[in-house]
Parts: sequence; structure tokens; C-alpha cells
Amino acid sequence: MKPVPNGLSGWGRFPRGESVVSTPADRAGVALTIGGAHHGAGLIARGLGRAYGDSAFVAGGMVLQTTRIDRFRGFDPQSGLLDVEAGVSFAEIIALFLPRGWFLPTTPGTKYVTVGGAIAADVHGKNHHRHGSIGMFVERIDVCVADGTVVSCSRGENSDLFHATLGGMGLTGMIMAACFRLVRVETSRVTVDYHRTADLEETLTVFESGDAGSEHSVAWIDCMASGRAMGRSVVMQGRNTPLGELSPEARRDPFGLPRKRVKSVPFTPPVGLLNSLSVRVFNEVFYAAHGNRRKVVDLDTFFYPLDSIRHWNRLYGPRGFIQYQAFFPRRTSLAGLRELLSTIVASGAASFLAVLKSCGPADDGILTFLEPGHTLALDIPYRQGVIEALCGRLDRILLEHGGRLYLAKDALTDGKTFRAMYPRIDEFLAVKRRYDPDGLFASSQSRRLGITPV
Amino acid sequence: MATASKRDSPRNVILVGATSGIARPLGRRLVARGWNLVVTGRDPARLAPLADDLRVRGNGTIATLVFDPSDAAAVAGLCGAAAALLGGPIDGVIVCHGTLPDESGAWLDVEQTRGAIDANFTSAAMVLAAAAQALENRPGAFLAAISSVAGDRGRQSNYAYGAAKAGLTAYLSGLRNRLHPRGVVVITVKPGIVRTPMTEGLAAARSPLAADADTVARDIERAILRRQAVLYTPWFWWPVMTVICAIPEAIFKRLKL
Ligand SMILES: Cc1cc2nc3c(=O)[nH]c(=O)nc-3n(C[C@H](O)[C@H](O)[C@H](O)COP(=O)(O)OP(=O)(O)OC[C@H]3O[C@@H](n4cnc5c(N)ncnc54)[C@H](O)[C@@H]3O)c2cc1C
Ligand SMILES: NC(=O)c1ccc[n+]([C@@H]2O[C@H](COP(=O)([O-])OP(=O)(O)OC[C@H]3O[C@@H](n4cnc5c(N)ncnc54)[C@H](OP(=O)(O)O)[C@@H]3O)[C@@H](O)[C@H]2O)c1
Repeated sequence: MKPVPNGLSGWGRFPRGESVVSTPADRAGVALTIGGAHHGAGLIARGLGRAYGDSAFVAGGMVLQTTRIDRFRGFDPQSGLLDVEAGVSFAEIIALFLPRGWFLPTTPGTKYVTVGGAIAADVHGKNHHRHGSIGMFVERIDVCVADGTVVSCSRGENSDLFHATLGGMGLTGMIMAACFRLVRVETSRVTVDYHRTADLEETLTVFESGDAGSEHSVAWIDCMASGRAMGRSVVMQGRNTPLGELSPEARRDPFGLPRKRVKSVPFTPPVGLLNSLSVRVFNEVFYAAHGNRRKVVDLDTFFYPLDSIRHWNRLYGPRGFIQYQAFFPRRTSLAGLRELLSTIVASGAASFLAVLKSCGPADDGILTFLEPGHTLALDIPYRQGVIEALCGRLDRILLEHGGRLYLAKDALTDGKTFRAMYPRIDEFLAVKRRYDPDGLFASSQSRRLGITPV
Repeated sequence: MATASKRDSPRNVILVGATSGIARPLGRRLVARGWNLVVTGRDPARLAPLADDLRVRGNGTIATLVFDPSDAAAVAGLCGAAAALLGGPIDGVIVCHGTLPDESGAWLDVEQTRGAIDANFTSAAMVLAAAAQALENRPGAFLAAISSVAGDRGRQSNYAYGAAKAGLTAYLSGLRNRLHPRGVVVITVKPGIVRTPMTEGLAAARSPLAADADTVARDIERAILRRQAVLYTPWFWWPVMTVICAIPEAIFKRLKL
């Protein structure tokens, strides 16, 4: 049987490439796929494809789909230590453990990610300013490396592989399983304080003053507001609602989640529907609707607002979109964000969703993305030529301010810029050579960025 | 709330071929109901992680049994061994093993033909025979086996497999007839194309008609609870197969199916 390649892309649906997809169901199957892969063609793991760019496929090569490697291995209700295979999704973990009073230690803005994808990107959530990214909670990672053997690594054992795999975007091998800690929650709700701010400076001030006391913190930022209003935001600071604060009625089902009707975008409209007009209207309405107040909301509403619309990425039309996520260290963030925002406003590139967040401690992944400072993420519809020029300008602003791009979102930058943003890349490559001497693991992204040879 | 209403009196069930792509989500669903399971497969290395997964997911007892359904002696002892493992009589047996030979290229030779029939029919029928004897005096018990829409009409692309499944469908129908007065339900499951390791890499798995294993598992779970006799899953295979079976042989023999 001759394998037929599949057309693949990341969540942004740009860029695209063809890879032969293999979906093994166990360790033996993974070893078989790795053994049968063509050296030179490239092999890369893929979870739920929620990374935006080209990190989870390799054009002309082979993709190891992990979604059948999805078994729970053990759970210690004393420590909260969960041992799972890499293809288990965060959604599945929540479905099983929230009713028992446990939640993820940190989570991205969608629950449709796999454990393997979360570790490979070292994902961060709304509590980064307090606890850092997922790596802070990971104790052990089992990686199937290029020779087909599974190497168990932690901070004490094969620590080089551990530090390279955390945030390593699948380039050290396929993560087979991991051990990480869940955290206790008393209810399935979050108590959120909303503050409307007038400009960027006030937004950062609200972070500064309120973050220490809030478990979760994030700002939705109006990327179309210009002049004095530039950077105006709705800041949301929340904490897990304790049982005692629930109404007597809600207390009967403290871990319940409202059953929401999941809407879906059934097909890709021929042109993108998120243009500057619709986004401007949305942004105005959203800003006006969120005054300063306190509200108790459920976890799904707080952490995963976009998950209630399946396939929402289709709204950007057939050409797709990119998400630009920038990080600025604390000392330059105000100036850097200002320049970034004014460049975006001037370009007229609409952004439906722009999210600003303050960041806390860096973890020990060699290519980890965040450290104390701020990160801004925004969606830009793909327009050939225009978007490359804009992102080039944004990249330069980042470099001038000592910032960097998030690899889980990047789709466009080049090798030189990447190297300048991630100066520890050679340390990473030294570890990769130890476990993957022939350079088997590669993605379209790693080739574009010159991490692996083309 | 939703989880509480899902629980019912726990039942002791044997899942034969538990490592299969369809049995995996089915086992998870049954465990979420609080049922106790004996999971069987031929390879202990594949059974252990499967059982660990089920143990994290539910509170029921999960036991593993290394079992080859083509071994007549093992088949005869299956229900006894399983009852001993769970510490109580068995309430249901679900037969999920099977294999799809590649009939697309060369003809299956004599040995391959025997292999296809043995793996998909003979072994399944032997397990059902043993299970029927163990359960005939347990009204309320159930027997289920995964046959296939491929057994409804032989096609050039998989008639050895289809013939074995046709045999299984006929066997189940007769067994149902026999066990009905005793209050034991027999369930024939006929999936269409399902995305599992069995169809991995096949063009059929990319067809818009292909279903997720969990969709099929959900339908099987429901059929067990409703004590339904014949299940087409997903449902649209029932009209599709009705049409295919109605095509006159004079026309059918010319079709490329
Ligand atoms: C709506 C939305 C909101 C998001 N919000 C956030 C956020 O707030 N914070 C954040 O950090 N991220 C966020 N993301 C990005 C997302 O969390 C990451 O891209 C994550 O890696 C996706 O996981 P996945 O399983 O889909 O991985 P994929 O997209 O399939 O893969 C991503 C990378 O991980 C690698 N990988 C996947 N599985 C394995 C494995 N088993 N072994 C080795 N490598 C593997 C791939 O090779 C690839 O390099 C968001 C994405 C979306 C769509
Ligand atoms: N997938 C489909 O499209 C589809 C459609 C219609 C019907 N079905 C039927 O549904 C059932 C499950 O299918 P699946 O897709 O889930 O299959 P699968 O993932 O390929 O699993 C089949 C299982 O059967 C066991 N097995 C394989 N060959 C065997 C043999 N010769 N003797 C005994 N056991 C054997 C294996 O278990 P161990 O190796 O662990 O013992 C294997 O885990 C099968 O009866 C299949 O015919 C499938």
C-alpha cells in the first residue's frame, strides 16, 4: 500500500504542506514509524494541530500523529501527580479530574491541545505571572528518540534531554508520556474583576498593582484604538472561587459546568469575514460592554471562550491568518509595546483578538519563551506581501527591545531573526545532536528557521 | 449531575479484543458507568497500559486476561476465568477482535483465506458459543459481537472478510433466536468504516463516511443499554446497505466496489 500524503497546516491555516501521516497506537507502533522514516525527508510529531504556523508538519516528510497514544497511566491523589501518555488532551483531563476537584496547573486559551504539544511548546496560561509555564509543573518526560528507544528524562536524569524537550517544538523526538502535577480547586468557577483602562500605561499599571493578588490575569486589548486611547484594554483578574463563596444552590454541584451549545463554522467562507470593519465594531462593543465590576464565571467561559465555536479559524477565509505573539522583557515592555501597537494601528491590519499578559518566572527549558515582562498576541489575516512586510517591521521592533517571538505561533520569521531572539539555540542543537545525530526530527518551521538543514 | 445519572448497577463484562480501536473507547465508556471489566488480548504488553488507563478513569474492578480466541481450550475456560477474576458471575460478553486482510491487490491464497475466516468468524463464534453456555441462565445478561456492513453483501474488495462477517451475523441471529426466551439479549453490531488501526492508511479512512471510533463506541454502549438486537453504526449505514442489498445481481456483478 503506497501511503498518500495529507495536506496539513497549523491552526492559522497558513502555511500549508503535505506530509504522510502515521497514527500509531502504542510504543511499538511509534518505533516502527521512526524506523521506517526516510532520513532527510523529516519526521515530526503532531498533536491536535493547535499551534498556528508550520511547526506540526514537515512538507515532503512524515508526521507522527499522537492522538492514539492517549492512555492515562496513573494518578496520585495525595500529590496530584498525573502520569499520562502524550496524546491525551487537556479537555480529557478536565473532563475526568475536575469532578474530582483537580484542575490543570496552567492552561492555554484552548483545551484542545495534547499534553505532548503543551510540553513541546512549553505553554503558558493566564497565571504565568505567578507560576510560570507548564514546565514548572512537569516532573518527567519520556521521549522516543531517533533510534526508536524511549528515554526517560527529568531534572535529575538525562537533564539535557529534559531541558531541550521542554519548549523544543518536537525536535528532540516524540514525547510519549509525561508526569506533571494537577492543582486542587474547590469549585469550577472563577471570580473575575474587570477593569476598563484608558490607555497602555494604565493597563500596565493595573497589572502591576493587581497581579500579585490575582491567580489569573489577562487583558483584552483594543488594537484598533489609536492616539491617546492606544492600548486601552479590559483587564480581567481572577481567582479560583472557593466553595464558601458559591450560592447554596451552586454548592450542590460545585464542579458542574453549564452545558453550552457548541456552535460551529461549518465551512470556509470564500472571503474572510473578519475584516477591519467587523473587528472595529466588535472591539467597540466589547470595550463598551465591560465596565468595572466583579463576576463569577465558569472555567470554560474564563479560560476557553473561543472553544465554544468549533472551527472558528475558518472565519478568516481560505487564505488563513497568522497569530503574532511577541514578548518584551520588563525593562523595555512599555516602549516596545507602544511601538508595536502604533505600527499595527498604522498598518490597518485588523486584529480580532489581541491579548496582553504580564509574565512571571522563566522555567528551565532551553528555548523557553517567557520571562518577567509582557506578551502581546494578535491575529492578522493573511494577505500576501502585506503581511510579510508588516511582520518584518514588527520583528525589528522586537529585536531592538530585546524581545522574541513565540514558536508555537510563528509562521513567517527567518533564521537570522530567530537566532537573534533565541541565543541559546546552539546549546539546544548540541543536545539534539546527541539524541538525533542524523537529524531525523524536523518540521517545516525548523527548516524555515535554519534549526535543521533544508 | 450528568455523571451521577449515568451510573447504574455495576455489571461484570468481558471485553474480548479489548486492544482494538473500537473497544478502547467502548471500555472507557463502560468504566465511566462504574462497570467491572475483564479486558482480553493476545499480547500482555498491550493489555497492561490499557488496564492502567481504565483504572485511572473509573472505580470499577479492571482485570486483564491474556487470551487467544482461536485457542479452543482457552475459549472454553473464558467465562470461568473471568468470573474468578471479578469475584462474581459475568453479565455480558462483547466480542471485538478481528482483522482486515488486504484483498485489494493479489488474490488471497488458500492459507490467507483460512486465516481471514478463522480470525473473523471461527474464533468469534467459538467465544459466543462458550459465552452462551455460561449466560443462558442469567436473564438480563447480554452478548454482543462486532460484525460489519461488509457481511451484508460480498464485494470484490473484501469478500473473504465479508463472508466471515456474514457468517458471524447469521450466527448471532440464530443465537438471538435461541436465547430470546431466556431473557438474554444478543446484539449484532455492524459498523461501516471506522478510523482505527485496522483502517490506518487506507483511502477509505479518509472518506466522509468514515466515523470516529468513539462515535461507534457510543452507539454500542447505547445499544447495550437499550437491549437493541441489530445496530448499524453510524445509523446511515442502514439505508446505505438497504440500497446496496437491493441492487440486482445482474447489475451488482459489474460494479467496481
Ligand atoms: C485558540 C488558541 C489559543 C491558544 N492560547 C495559548 C495560550 O494562551 N498560551 C500558549 O502557550 N499557547 C496557546 N495556544 C497555542 C497552543 O497551546 C500550542 O500551540 C500547543 O502546542 C498546541 O498543542 P497541540 O497538541 O495542538 O500541538 P500541535 O499544534 O499539534 O504541535 C505543536 C508543536 O508541538 C510538537 N508536538 C506535539 N505533540 C508532540 C509530542 N507528543 N512529542 C513531541 N512534540 C510534539 C509539534 O511537533 C509542534 O512543534 C493557543 C492556540 C489556540 C488555537
Ligand atoms: N475499523 C473498521 O472500519 C471496522 C468496520 C466494520 C467492522 N469492524 C470490526 O470491528 C472490530 C474491531 O475493529 P477495529 O477496527 O477496532 O480493529 P483493530 O484496532 O485493528 O483491532 C483488532 C484487534 O483484534 C485482535 N486481533 C487481530 N488479529 C487477530 C487474530 N488473528 N486473532 C485474534 N485476535 C486478533 C487484536 O488484538 P490483540 O493483538 O491484542 O489480541 C486487535 O487489537 C473487528 O471485528 C472489525 O472487523 C471494523
